[in-house]
Amino acid sequence: MTAKFDLNDGNVVVIIGSGAGGGTLGNELAHKGVKVVILEAGKRYEVSDFINDEWASFAQLAWTDARTTSGTWRVAKNFPNLPAWIVKSVGGTTTHWAGASLRFQPHEFKALTTYGKVAGANLLDWPLTLEELEPYYARAEDRMGVTRTNGLPGLPGNNNFKVFHAGAEKLGYKECNTGHMAINSVERDDRTFCHQTGFCFQGCKWGAKWSTLYTEIPKGEATGNMEVRPESRVLRIEHDDHGKVTAVVYADKDGKQQRQKARVVCVAGNSIESPRILLNSASSKFPDGLANSSGQVGRNYMRHTTGSVYAVFEKPVHMYRGTTMAGVIQDEARHDPSRGFVGGYEFETLSLGIPFMAAFLDPGAWGRSFTSAMDDYPNMAGLWIVGEDMPQENNRITLSPTVKDAFGLPVADVHFDDHPNDAAMRNHAYAQGQRLYDAVGAIRTFPTPPYPSTHNLGTNRMSEKPGDGVVNKWGQTHDIGNLFVSDGSQFTTGGAENPTLTIVTLAIRQAEYIASRMKARAI
Amino acid sequence: MLDHHGARGAPHSPSRRLFLRRSSEMAFAAAVAIGSGGALINATEAWGLEVKGLKPETMKTLILVSRDIYPHDRIPDRNYAIAAKPFDEKAAADPKQKDMFEKGVAQLDALAGPGGYFGLGWEADRVALLHRIADTPMFEAVRSTLVVSLYNQKEIWPIFGYEGESFSKGGYIHRGFDDLDWL
Repeated sequence: MTAKFDLNDGNVVVIIGSGAGGGTLGNELAHKGVKVVILEAGKRYEVSDFINDEWASFAQLAWTDARTTSGTWRVAKNFPNLPAWIVKSVGGTTTHWAGASLRFQPHEFKALTTYGKVAGANLLDWPLTLEELEPYYARAEDRMGVTRTNGLPGLPGNNNFKVFHAGAEKLGYKECNTGHMAINSVERDDRTFCHQTGFCFQGCKWGAKWSTLYTEIPKGEATGNMEVRPESRVLRIEHDDHGKVTAVVYADKDGKQQRQKARVVCVAGNSIESPRILLNSASSKFPDGLANSSGQVGRNYMRHTTGSVYAVFEKPVHMYRGTTMAGVIQDEARHDPSRGFVGGYEFETLSLGIPFMAAFLDPGAWGRSFTSAMDDYPNMAGLWIVGEDMPQENNRITLSPTVKDAFGLPVADVHFDDHPNDAAMRNHAYAQGQRLYDAVGAIRTFPTPPYPSTHNLGTNRMSEKPGDGVVNKWGQTHDIGNLFVSDGSQFTTGGAENPTLTIVTLAIRQAEYIASRMKARAI
Repeated sequence: MLDHHGARGAPHSPSRRLFLRRSSEMAFAAAVAIGSGGALINATEAWGLEVKGLKPETMKTLILVSRDIYPHDRIPDRNYAIAAKPFDEKAAADPKQKDMFEKGVAQLDALAGPGGYFGLGWEADRVALLHRIADTPMFEAVRSTLVVSLYNQKEIWPIFGYEGESFSKGGYIHRGFDDLDWL
């Protein structure tokens, strides 16, 4: 069933990356009769290959190719070569993600208008609105089987949620439930329901959590219009004298260079690799990299304002049992500058196993203060903070001047400094999170610093005006008509919500646009 | 025997050799002793550790340093010895690493005075010395290795009440994912 296209077939759409953006876009285009080649850097694992073991799974799935970090963020100190905790395998980070699927709020598409100018921030309104996206959000939710949409029941609350919910009630929060999760609460789409196994981050061995690996990708392949090539590391995108992209050069699994001709190229390699590919594709015609006439490629890197709060109680919680993130409080997601910052944040339940708790509870810490917390692990509950961070021009992906990859290309450096608004929001969230657990009898609470970034956003952002960003409202680059961006790097601003649902929504919408433009012979 | 990756026979495991072996028949004192051939031996806990890159005395000190960095009173020395094994392996493979560990431990011994690090009876006194070397590459190498090589030992997870892999048991859907009843 799966197609096999010739390297010289110049009529294919080449998609770089097979995650939420690339995998969804590929399936959508394939169903519209468009020929698609997906180049995926990682290997192809299947559900049965996933491992219920944090470090072993990390070794299997995580993107651990060399990257460097700079800036004042703590990740640069504790994890200097691991700025992001994302995935290199077919399905991309949809194998690892937790499944939280919240729509943006209306005002979050109008950050500049709503928040006003914020010193040091490069705020901008999205060139589209929630109203425009709503039909596509609905299709994405249906596609992904998001709980609490389309009549699907919510997931049952686990022990960690029980503590979280009780604390929310004590604080007077009204919007607390087991979340809008792209995890089957009932059997659906030929996939079983959540068996409360934990290990959502290690790849769902039940296939209950939506991942392009076993939904969009096989469905796209079944059309006969889509080919996925794993272990294909994209080196650069080529163009002709007219400034149209023509081919993608990649290293295959044997390290041999291949050139796939292309009618359209869609970059969906996550917000670190996508700008890196555009920058590494610089030519005499585009000396600053492809689609970079604005100078915005790689800039405005956002990672959400995150952090965790863990708390120890007198009695057992066993927070690791069950769905990792099926719990949300949305009361703080509103924009309310009286709290001392613009934008808002969500609380979501979270747990780590012993190996990752040791690494992430307080990176670098040692001695009895640390180990006594670890000793209380069974009595621990945990939550994650995810809030809108400010786009800043100098938070950016650049090409390392010193470190090169196996193919001689500069690796990405990820620079990040907290904006004062980010710090104010995080401190507010830490205080509220600690109050929440204190209200239900916590003995100790731990404000845990951000992990390596899972939500990487904004480095090829959407803008109305070509001078303000890299792509238009369709994800089409302002500079090159047949070059698109199809991942979270399109985000103009980050919102307070986990980004995957919005990435999928944009991909479904972008597929309509690309197919129609191809049909009209405009691209 | 588990290696420090916590995996039995994992394909990526660098070595499947058994450095630790049962030695319960050996009549040594309760503390870790240095046996013939330079092996570290703990008769009470019934284990022996062959040392191949570092001086046995250095390895013995590093095991205690490991416990002092991540002290868990319910974890036996045996698991700290497993956690410290990578230091010896690195020393055996790389003279620079060997030099770093040997000099680092010598520095600790010198700071401790007569009797050396191992001679300080109180954890607090030893930890005070560790704080003095906490900015050295040796200390960071030890700590950052231990945080994986100790806590990734499946054998000690039950001590923390962590149940590990659950897929093969059908998850927790019928095994207490929502059994909390004290709220």
